Amino acid sequence: MTFDHCEKMEYAIEARGLTKRFGENIAVNKLDLLIPKGSIYGFLGPNGCGKSTSIRLLTGLLEASEGDVTILGKPLLGHEESLKTRIGYMTQKFSLYDNLTVRENLNFVGAIYGFAGKRKKARIEELLALYDLEKQAKQFAGSMSGGQKQRLALACATLHSPELLFLDEPTSAVDPENRREFWERLFDLCAAGTTILVSTHYMDEAERCHALAIMEEGNKRADGSPQALMNAMPATVVEVSGNKLRQLKQTLTQHPDILSAAQIGAHLRVLVKKKVQNPLLFISELSHGRETLLARPSLEDVFVTCTGGRHGD
Amino acid sequence: MGISIWIRIYAIFVKELKQLSRDRMTFGMIIMIPLVQLMLFGYAINTDARHIPVGLVDLSQTSESRAVEQALVATQSVDFIARYRSIKEAEIAITKGDIRAVLYLPADMTRRLFNHPLYDHKQADSPLTQPIGQWIVDGSDTVIASSIRALRNMPLDEVANHSATRTAPSFEVVQYFNPEQRTVVNIVPGLVAVILTMTMILFTSSAIVREHEHGNMEFLITTPVRSIELMIGKIAPYVLVGLLQVAIILSVGHWVFSVPIKGNLLSLLGSSVLFIFASLTLGLVLSTIAKTQLQAMQMTIFILLPSILLSGFMFPYDAMPVAAQWIAEALPVTHFMRMIRAIALRDANLLLLGKDALWLGLFTVGGIIIASLRFKKKLG
Ligand SMILES: Nc1ncnc2c1ncn2[C@@H]1O[C@H](COP(=O)(O)OP(=O)(O)O)[C@@H](O)[C@H]1O
Ligand SMILES: [Mg+2]
Repeated sequence: MTFDHCEKMEYAIEARGLTKRFGENIAVNKLDLLIPKGSIYGFLGPNGCGKSTSIRLLTGLLEASEGDVTILGKPLLGHEESLKTRIGYMTQKFSLYDNLTVRENLNFVGAIYGFAGKRKKARIEELLALYDLEKQAKQFAGSMSGGQKQRLALACATLHSPELLFLDEPTSAVDPENRREFWERLFDLCAAGTTILVSTHYMDEAERCHALAIMEEGNKRADGSPQALMNAMPATVVEVSGNKLRQLKQTLTQHPDILSAAQIGAHLRVLVKKKVQNPLLFISELSHGRETLLARPSLEDVFVTCTGGRHGD
Repeated sequence: MGISIWIRIYAIFVKELKQLSRDRMTFGMIIMIPLVQLMLFGYAINTDARHIPVGLVDLSQTSESRAVEQALVATQSVDFIARYRSIKEAEIAITKGDIRAVLYLPADMTRRLFNHPLYDHKQADSPLTQPIGQWIVDGSDTVIASSIRALRNMPLDEVANHSATRTAPSFEVVQYFNPEQRTVVNIVPGLVAVILTMTMILFTSSAIVREHEHGNMEFLITTPVRSIELMIGKIAPYVLVGLLQVAIILSVGHWVFSVPIKGNLLSLLGSSVLFIFASLTLGLVLSTIAKTQLQAMQMTIFILLPSILLSGFMFPYDAMPVAAQWIAEALPVTHFMRMIRAIALRDANLLLLGKDALWLGLFTVGGIIIASLRFKKKLG
């Protein structure tokens, strides 16, 4: 029993067979998740693949059609309200008040989480400094830039120092420079012991996660650490260079043993099924002696291999 | 634990008040709606019609016929704006809507007049007595029709140019309250009820929906805030708004339209607060049903129409069929209409109106409970 308890406490999120149907449409299909405490876990997938819906199910905002969820060692069903003080959620769409100032928004959220007096003031000052919002304190939230809004949203979502933080596409309205800074802040939070679940459709962001799930049309196609996913990829990457690559791409993609071919700069990146014994020779022959080279797989290759109907074999 | 409830309610209250004060359009409406409506209705609504445009077909063309015409104009009920040579022509004018009625004076009007007991008091009322003329009225508007009907027994003394000798009436009527029979005296307190119904329900019915539409709700429901806290915090600022509107309407009514405010102000305040709460909770219940602000608006209008037509604002409550009275009883506005007219015009106090006050209180408690139960901290 003690062991069971300990094991439970290791995971921030455990989900089994989590399913959400909207009428006929299955938005999330039999999702299994096991997310260790203290890690940054990513949901990677295109728009409409069910990232937001999954997060809403895990925060208790939506009721699951099927499946069990355990959050921070407690079953979600029946503990939604008590868990709300322990989780934070930054929505995909900016959900603070445009016609309140930064400080007013923080004051409101602070009071909602039961902060008052000196304690609230101190926490807000701390957050304003941490998220570089001191100059904007008196500015209306609606008039701020994407990056500033995002920092305010993160400040509000972390005001009560949650143990588990959900971030739904936090960087979609932010420039690359701010994205890097944002991820620095996530690593700081993580180092302080916060478990983070973040959804994204950027490969480079997904690569920063400790582990991730690749999602497509409500299904989890693959999961694991980025390195493990790349190692376990059921395909070899071959780069072809030469001329007339566009025509070559046409012919290569017809071949049943080739999963995909995509032009990247001056060469063609070809994913060959693992079962092909000598992929270099195989591609060399198919491309009439153009130069071929084995390449390290990237997360994008993993993504391509396991989505678009190519995940079957 | 206990104190954080009040911290949260207060936070929502402050937030709502700040947002309201920054929404200049809404803020302007809070003040302009009662002012404009009051000016409009105070001057426009009048149930005793005056200066009705009418026509004249005078086949008699005598000094007596002109005297009859003048006597009628002197009543201020009608204005003769056109003359016609025949009834046919006049009928066309009525159909076109140029005039609302026509007075037909036959060629032998003078003879009829001289034989009429109202003209010559020595004449006895006999089967031979004939009316001196005929009114042909566009009866589609009952207010106009009844105003003209009131001319049926107009004394003809003025025409006869002799002093009036009145016969004793069967009843004597003593008018308590509003002796000059000015419609505006009844309208102004009624307007308080109608305008509050409109603004209170409209503001709150969109309050929750707005948070959904702007995406604020998704964040709000992942916080520990409780539905009851959200409901109370959201409606509290509008209590102040409602009281401001009551003050505007009653003071303008008092100073501009000389509506007497007889009752004591505490009863007035108490009944207003009760009604404001009842309307706000009704709006809250609607806001848990509506998905968009447009739907919230439509639901408000659905409540507003019976509130105007059945509450006793337009038509006397006692003259309505029983089924309509039941519907009216269910609406908070009917009770408030009764209370505010009683308090403002007849100096009744809140205790005298206990039943209505109790109903408004129960309505509020029930409404808050229903709204909190209906409001699930869930999406979709
Ligand atoms: N409230 C809803 N009602 C009906 N369908 C929905 C609802 N929310 C999401 N969906 C559908 O579920 C699928 C997944 O949506 P979502 O979780 O928002 O995707 P993502 O966040 O990955 O872009 C989509 O097909 C979307 O149309
Ligand atoms: Mg989404």
